[in-house]
Amino acid sequence: MRVLVITEQIDGIFRKVSYEALSEGRRIADAMNCEMTAAILGSGIDNLAEDIKKYGADKIILADDPALAEYITDKYVLTLADIIEKEKPEVIILGSTSIGKDIAPRLCAKFNGAIATDCISASIEEGKVCASRYIYGGKLITDVILNRKPAFIALRANSVSIKEADGKGEIEKIQANMQDASLTFIEKKMDAGKKELTEADIIVAGGRGVNEGDFSAIEELSEILQGAVGASRAAVDEGWRPHSDQVGQTGKVVSPNLYIACGISGAIQHFAGMASSKVIAAINKDEEAPIFAKSDYGVVGDLSKVMPEVIKEVKKIKG
Amino acid sequence: MNLIVLLKQVPSTESFVSVGEDKKSVKTEDVKWVINPYDEFAVEEALKIKEALGGTVTILTVGNDKAVEAVRTALAMGADNGILINDPDAYNCDGAGIAKILAAALKNIEYDLIIAGQRAVDDDNYYVGAATAEFLNIPHVSMVIKEEITDKTIKCTKTIEGGSFVFEAKLPALITTQRGLNEPRYASLPGIMKAKKKPLDTKTLADIGISAADLGEPMLTIKEVKKPSQREAGVMIQGDTPAELAAALVKALHEEAKVI
Ligand SMILES: Cc1cc2nc3c(=O)[nH]c(=O)nc-3n(C[C@H](O)[C@H](O)[C@H](O)COP(=O)(O)OP(=O)(O)OC[C@H]3O[C@@H](n4cnc5c(N)ncnc54)[C@H](O)[C@@H]3O)c2cc1C
Ligand SMILES: Nc1ncnc2c1ncn2[C@@H]1O[C@H](COP(=O)(O)O)[C@@H](O)[C@H]1O
Repeated sequence: MRVLVITEQIDGIFRKVSYEALSEGRRIADAMNCEMTAAILGSGIDNLAEDIKKYGADKIILADDPALAEYITDKYVLTLADIIEKEKPEVIILGSTSIGKDIAPRLCAKFNGAIATDCISASIEEGKVCASRYIYGGKLITDVILNRKPAFIALRANSVSIKEADGKGEIEKIQANMQDASLTFIEKKMDAGKKELTEADIIVAGGRGVNEGDFSAIEELSEILQGAVGASRAAVDEGWRPHSDQVGQTGKVVSPNLYIACGISGAIQHFAGMASSKVIAAINKDEEAPIFAKSDYGVVGDLSKVMPEVIKEVKKIKG
Repeated sequence: MNLIVLLKQVPSTESFVSVGEDKKSVKTEDVKWVINPYDEFAVEEALKIKEALGGTVTILTVGNDKAVEAVRTALAMGADNGILINDPDAYNCDGAGIAKILAAALKNIEYDLIIAGQRAVDDDNYYVGAATAEFLNIPHVSMVIKEEITDKTIKCTKTIEGGSFVFEAKLPALITTQRGLNEPRYASLPGIMKAKKKPLDTKTLADIGISAADLGEPMLTIKEVKKPSQREAGVMIQGDTPAELAAALVKALHEEAKVI
């Protein structure tokens, strides 16, 4: 028996959800009374093993190979398949990121396993692998048993706590799978310095109520709070924000500590994407806006007048 | 170009869905059924490719009698023909079974490109597209916002958190859609009239050479379906001026909620 955690790094930096996956993996391994292996794929990533040692991996497999320098679906899938063949894990945990959701279904089909994506927790109950996951874009939650092995659990970012733990931390190096890749990597573009919405602790989001689509106040507030900017679909449809900022049933599902909804009415599709935020605050000029029925703090007011004052007040606290 | 769209009928996103009496299912009696929004992007993209390069667009759905409507809607948008796999043995299978059925059906069909949604907005599995590609042993690129086909090669831009990748794959291949790929067209009235005469084949599992036993057990057993903890209206911040409102809000977030 073994738990395998597949980590995700881009340009030498782990996704935060990878630490969460390792922490959840350790908890599952303890419940199963077994060891945990962590896999890191990339090129020139020697130093990364140290970074994750403290989260309790007994074995760290470093697939450090120029062929893995950039993420390529099938190269990564085949190399991970080699690792799965060798380690024979019963449970495989990874982040429910775009890349996680690119790799896991393919591996799951290859090994005839079971998969639960967008999970908010995992557990072992009466020897069975269980997970809780959102369905209907966040409108409902289901508790499921994963019937087949290996059981893939893709964890939604910001859902479980990061905890350090002891593990043997033995390092094993392997090469990439040598089969020809059927995909060719052409290029990669990363938005420099942009905080990932799904990993942010604080999100300041704007909707159609943002005057003329001027998001500068929203951006400023999110920057002071070291958060990220989100948007309703209306704001995206207006062309004010990129698609990647959309929160909701057909956008991103987020669970920050604080979600500030500015000029967002609170449609069911939007709410589905942010309902699991710990605290919701809303600023809207319409006191009847549905968002207020679901917010912890509501402010009835015009954004163009309230936002500058909110920024002033926050600056006082943040010095 | 033989273009295939994997299409699922789902409850519309504005539907209120509730937990079934058995607490293990979702009540969908009163909902409005529509094409999965991500599959609408798939239909649109297939039509665009057909317009540019020629070919046929086939809609492939595993579903029940009601799913005919969704296939007809796609035909009304402009797809050429539909295949509905309608078999009671398929009604209760989850993504694992659906991907096997789709792959079995596709083994008897010629295709250059298969387009699926990144996820169906009911089960949100994110599974069927990539798994179908795995069963067919063809490459896949998921969450595509842009594609370009030249010379039996497809070049795709795939989104990831905080950025994007560009990959190239030889056809046949499968891609899944992401918002931003296109704006799906509406079915026009003449389109709706024409759709009535377009071929729509209904098939059973036996017709595509697969049996219920081949599908295996569902990969997930549902223990419980529940509503996320219901949020209640909290406090309305009081104040006479924007400055007072802002001060009270920030104070509450800082001192009471302790989130900033
Ligand atoms: C298939 C489908 C999928 C969808 N998926 C999503 C999704 O993923 N995410 C999503 O968000 N939506 C989604 N929607 C759209 C959703 O139904 C709503 O249309 C959308 O969320 C509305 O966005 P909004 O709240 O910004 O705009 P509106 O509903 O127009 O609300 C604007 C709000 O701003 C307030 N306002 C205006 N001016 C000011 C001001 N000066 N100061 C303060 N407040 C002001 C108004 O009172 C109003 O409440 C989807 C719809 C469909 C059909
Ligand atoms: N019953 C089905 N019939 C045809 N295609 C399906 C079916 N279920 C899922 N798909 C396809 O697979 C995609 C992802 O679905 P899922 O993995 O269930 O989230 C959908 O967007 C469809 O393109």
